[in-house]
Amino acid sequence: MTISRDAVLKWLETYAAVINENFAYLTQLDSDIGDGDHGANMNRGMQAVLTALPGVADKDIGAVFKTTGMKLVSTVGGASGPLYGTLFIQMGNVTAGKMELTLADWVAAMEAGYDGVVMRGKAAPGDKTMVDALKPGLDALKSERDRGASVPEALNAAADATKRGMEATIPLVARKGRASYLGERSAGYQDPGATSSWYLIKTAAETLASQAQ
Amino acid sequence: MKKLINKPEDVVVEALQGMAAAHPDLIKVHYDPNYIVRADAPVKNKVALVSGGGSGHEPMHGGFVGMGMLDAAAPGAVFTSPTPDQIFEATRAVDGGAGVLHIVKNYTGDVMNFEMAAELAGGEGIAVQSIITNDDVAVKDSLYTAGRRGVGVTVLVEKIAGAAAERGYSLDQVLAVANKVNENGRSMGMALTSCTVPHAGKPTFDLPEDEMEIGIGIHGESGRKRMKPAPAREIVEMMALAIVDDLPFKTGDETLAFVNGMGGTPLIELYIVYNELAKFLQGRGIKIARNLVGSYITSLEMAGCSITLLKLDDPLQALWDAPVRTPGLRWGA
Repeated sequence: MTISRDAVLKWLETYAAVINENFAYLTQLDSDIGDGDHGANMNRGMQAVLTALPGVADKDIGAVFKTTGMKLVSTVGGASGPLYGTLFIQMGNVTAGKMELTLADWVAAMEAGYDGVVMRGKAAPGDKTMVDALKPGLDALKSERDRGASVPEALNAAADATKRGMEATIPLVARKGRASYLGERSAGYQDPGATSSWYLIKTAAETLASQAQ
Repeated sequence: MKKLINKPEDVVVEALQGMAAAHPDLIKVHYDPNYIVRADAPVKNKVALVSGGGSGHEPMHGGFVGMGMLDAAAPGAVFTSPTPDQIFEATRAVDGGAGVLHIVKNYTGDVMNFEMAAELAGGEGIAVQSIITNDDVAVKDSLYTAGRRGVGVTVLVEKIAGAAAERGYSLDQVLAVANKVNENGRSMGMALTSCTVPHAGKPTFDLPEDEMEIGIGIHGESGRKRMKPAPAREIVEMMALAIVDDLPFKTGDETLAFVNGMGGTPLIELYIVYNELAKFLQGRGIKIARNLVGSYITSLEMAGCSITLLKLDDPLQALWDAPVRTPGLRWGA
């Protein structure tokens, strides 16, 4: 069972739609502990990605991811642009030339993307960032792969773990980004970057799992 | 939301168009990607200074582009750092062969985007050095935060390092001057009201009518504490004490005292703040050798102020006095 290029395109379109539907919520989360621009920035970036996708719709998955990453880097700004941009560019590096992805390919792509985020943002688990959502999702993917799970099983397990990771940011005290200026007062709020990361993994499960062949 | 705008999504570009229309003798504006360069850029064999950051802090940074200050500024969306391609293109446009200094305020996004831009410029053989300003004493500098924010000192770095570059200093020398200003400057801000990012449509934070926030950041980030409004004398003492104790500034020190408006506070109040600051410093035997009073690093329509003190020596003072000709700061030229 594999993930097709068209399924990947569908995933990115769905992610853009979910960001668009929830951008006011993301902005609210960011206003609580940040500077209130996360929703608008991610929405601007993903709308720009939508306009770029037709240009690579007949290319390989690596090209789709790279184009997505470059578009995010050049349109989002803030911390999210370099972070999400690097995530996709790194995913693109390890999927170059591929027209479909096995579960092992998918895990390798997510791992490369995660490593890119950590390299760029220098955040560790527990810092109350998107890393806290992505890390459990990646760990779940790896153990699902190792036990021989199907693509849908693995993607759904990753989405569940990512959601738990996102929710677990609520009691954390931020140590990175603008929220860290609040110190103890950042506890009690869900991290906006972890939230947009959960949308990413959730939409992957919804679109890729249902279309896995 | 009541604002003098057309559409929220057009705010940055229309403001850039307005700046270009108002100051054609000083600056040129490039669109898509957006950046502002001095009219005579690139200046051959001069170290170029490039800064940038979210919009909404005008006149910083675009208003400080011109002779004796910045060569280019990359404005991001309101309160959002510019993107690497913008910063890179600005860097390339002003490189006169002597290298480029990136002046970056210490915010996670700004640092990451400038870092990516410097990597791109390095790939093209442009020598880039970076100074990250971090002067806000309201934030604890520790491993457990993103570090101190860059605020008022940024304006002083841009002016003083700009003068050094104009005098023909090398890239390393200009960087050394910039570092010296950052290391000897400290700031603190306060807010009486919140501010509204145009595309957000509502205030960034809620500040009740009968409260003020001490230690606020320039994007409405929370400060040290909230309290009931007090006379200007008490507010200034609180802020000045935190600044003076931090460096520390000592009896006999000469300083540049910078009282900055956050955007919504009238000059008459800034002069009251300056008067209180002058009295406070006099009482401690700290001399004000130079001053700057006005709204130079703002936070949209936020009411409030920040105070920056820079310890001066003769070389820094001479660079501060050097001619500057930009939309936002102009003397001697």
